[in-house]
Amino acid sequence: MSNLHADTVAYVRDTMLEQREPPLSTVGILGWGKKNLFTGPFNTIVTILCTVFVAYVLWMLLPWFISPTWQAASLYECQGILRELGRDGGHFGGACWGVIRDRWVQLLAGFYPSDLYWRPLLALALLGVAIAPVLFTRLPRKLVWFTAVYPVVFPWLLWGGAVWVPLLVIAGVMLSVFVYKLVGRFSSPLFGIIAGVLFAVFWFTWATGAISTTIDRVVGSARIESVLAETDAQIAELTAESVALEAEIDATEARILEIISSVSEPEGAGDGAYLDAIQRAAPDRAILADLRDELFVVGGELGRLRALKRQIDDLPAQISMLPDLEEEAIELRQALPDSVKDVHSEVAMDTLQAQILQGDIDVPTEDLNALKKTLAAEKNVADTERAIRSTYNDVARIGLEPVSSRRFGGMLVSITIGVVAIACSLPLGIVLALGRQSDLLIVKSLCVGFIELMRGVPLITLLFVASTLLNVFLPPGTNFDIILRVIIMATLFASAYMAEVIRGGLAALSKGQYEGADSLGLNYWQAQRLIIMPQALKISIPGIVSTFIGLFKDTTLVSVIGILDPLGLSTSIRSDQAWNGVVWELYGFIALLFFICCFSMSRYSMYLERKLQTGHR
Amino acid sequence: MSDVATAREIDRSKMQVSDEVAIEINNMNKWYGTFHVLRDIDLTVHRGERIVIAGPSGSGKSTLIRCINRLEEHQEGQIIVDGTELTSDLKNIDKIRSEVGMCFQHFNLFPHLTILENCTLAPIWVRKVPKKEAEATAMEYLEKVKIPEQANKYPGQLSGGQQQRVAIARSLCMKPRIMLFDEPTSALDPEMIKEVLDTMIELAEEGMTMICVTHEMGFARQVANRVIFMDAGQIVEQNEPEEFFNNPKSDRTKLFLSQILGH
Repeated sequence: MSNLHADTVAYVRDTMLEQREPPLSTVGILGWGKKNLFTGPFNTIVTILCTVFVAYVLWMLLPWFISPTWQAASLYECQGILRELGRDGGHFGGACWGVIRDRWVQLLAGFYPSDLYWRPLLALALLGVAIAPVLFTRLPRKLVWFTAVYPVVFPWLLWGGAVWVPLLVIAGVMLSVFVYKLVGRFSSPLFGIIAGVLFAVFWFTWATGAISTTIDRVVGSARIESVLAETDAQIAELTAESVALEAEIDATEARILEIISSVSEPEGAGDGAYLDAIQRAAPDRAILADLRDELFVVGGELGRLRALKRQIDDLPAQISMLPDLEEEAIELRQALPDSVKDVHSEVAMDTLQAQILQGDIDVPTEDLNALKKTLAAEKNVADTERAIRSTYNDVARIGLEPVSSRRFGGMLVSITIGVVAIACSLPLGIVLALGRQSDLLIVKSLCVGFIELMRGVPLITLLFVASTLLNVFLPPGTNFDIILRVIIMATLFASAYMAEVIRGGLAALSKGQYEGADSLGLNYWQAQRLIIMPQALKISIPGIVSTFIGLFKDTTLVSVIGILDPLGLSTSIRSDQAWNGVVWELYGFIALLFFICCFSMSRYSMYLERKLQTGHR
Repeated sequence: MSDVATAREIDRSKMQVSDEVAIEINNMNKWYGTFHVLRDIDLTVHRGERIVIAGPSGSGKSTLIRCINRLEEHQEGQIIVDGTELTSDLKNIDKIRSEVGMCFQHFNLFPHLTILENCTLAPIWVRKVPKKEAEATAMEYLEKVKIPEQANKYPGQLSGGQQQRVAIARSLCMKPRIMLFDEPTSALDPEMIKEVLDTMIELAEEGMTMICVTHEMGFARQVANRVIFMDAGQIVEQNEPEEFFNNPKSDRTKLFLSQILGH
């Protein structure tokens, strides 16, 4: 302000001011530090105190982390290495990283057959390809087709099986869509949906089973000779291998014994020579453990091949026997007296016997004996049929070797359960949230009931239901994979939380958005899909990702029902003699694995929020 | 409230009221719970009419026009729009909504879509117009409301007046035969009110059938061919604007007009 005009009201600027550089103390590193760290005396003190604290913590922790124990084969060796360095040999002297080197593969893949590691690795790599177009919209849209097929490829890669199973599933989905479109065109879309769903139910409950059995039978009969020859050759080869391994094991054991017995009888636990001998024998011990593992694997494979050979050998007899068995069962069934004619299963027979015991019904003993005989004959038929089917299935399998769920473990289990449950819980949660807002009273009550039930019950309870109770409700004989059961429970559990998170997003939308969509003539589903959900989901991103992260971490709970996730494995690793007593390294490593996954999810959600930011609402 | 909506001469060549009935409301009643909001409403709107509904707040004027495209449900009586009666049949409702455009006090644009996407959404999904064609139409209407350069921005980046003009363009993209305006200028600054009113006047000049709930008496005087005054859920008085403003019959109208024009 110029002095000349200071006390006059009227003022006219005659020269415009040029832009100037900001003061030096407010820009660059100096300005940044002043603004963020040393704003005033109080902030300066806080900055210094925090720096000292962080430095102290690092000073205390870093020596523990920096510990040259990577090559150690046991906790004992770790302690030896640390003592040699003059450090404390206990927990505080330094980390024992040998356990991670020794067991990291197991922590990642559990007891998945090591020659098949490429399958989970490939599945994981393809998972990246499949979710990339969902996560990043800038990628080519054609990739979405791969995403659509991936849900079928993923289980096939992990669990293996014949190649036509995933193909039949894809065909089923495509045919259902085709039926929906076809019927929808010639009648109303509602009939189209009904027809499509009915077709899908028909396809997946009946047709897939029948078709794959037929394929098995045709391909199986064609391949049976070659498979038998191949099996014989493999059995011979593996037998030779196992004999060689046994010889090597014997030799190694003898070497160890020699080393140990070269020292005189130990006089006390702290005897130096004896400990020294044990240390010298350690490499041989490691070799021995490896050899035994290998023998175990070879033995398992041999057992499998021998069982297959036995199956194939039995097949002709089973096939020729089957008609007779069937005829016998039918004759017995027809000859049954009226009193027990309607009893078709053992469960029903048990009920009948209980009733007889209570005196409710009176059935002669010979009738009961006839019934028992009939049921046994029928069971025999069913068993024979199943055996034939399973043999053909084994012989005809062109595809991947099956891996049973019991062999899954480590992060593989966590990621499998986590990814599937995450992918399924979001759509389910959306449906539940919409259902909860519905005007239809029954739909609404069902959704509210489900959500409240799932949120009101601890996840562990649900997992126990999955592992034990579920079998009681299912028809006898159905074998429902344990990992699949856990996935279903985790999905249902997470979807209830997801529904509430999304309901929060829906509640944050103004009524005007619904009215805007309505006034343009969009129908309910169009309005939900195009207007309401994109906004509600965007608002709920932090909550959704929190639920995802929580779900992923909750997968560690499956260790209580005996699935070997990383935590379950850590218990078994710690019970190994070599690593008995290792705590922090193992749990720290598992924590790091989980942290990497969860932190990436969290960062992605921030990226997504920034990307979807379209100004003020 | 200003007494004139525009200083320019209004072109009345196309503003013609035909005999054809656009909307017919017979003896319509509506309740919110037990509260009787609309009582025995009878109203016939001919094609080409420009009707302004005025009245104190809570008199049911917004509810009335929201009943016309069934954003609100009526419990008694008949509403016939373009020859189709509004019942609970969803097909009829969607058909009528795509024929009747509506603009809201708070615009109700979709904040996650660009201006252009806001305008093309309904034509593409409801009318099944190809995307290219829908975009061309949308640009045409955006040009008409004088904001084609904002097409790729998001609603949050526009001023209130611009947003309301986009909302008008969005409705027009559906090629509606009737336009409903629910207090389109109440949430705007005076400067922006003018730009929105200009757009509405242009629309009227093209012969659009319009029903406006508004407090813009200047607009009513210059553009409307009929002014309806509502109070306590009933139509109290309706007349041509000249008569309505200069020679109100009922005491309630006189009181309302003295309050709204008095300062």
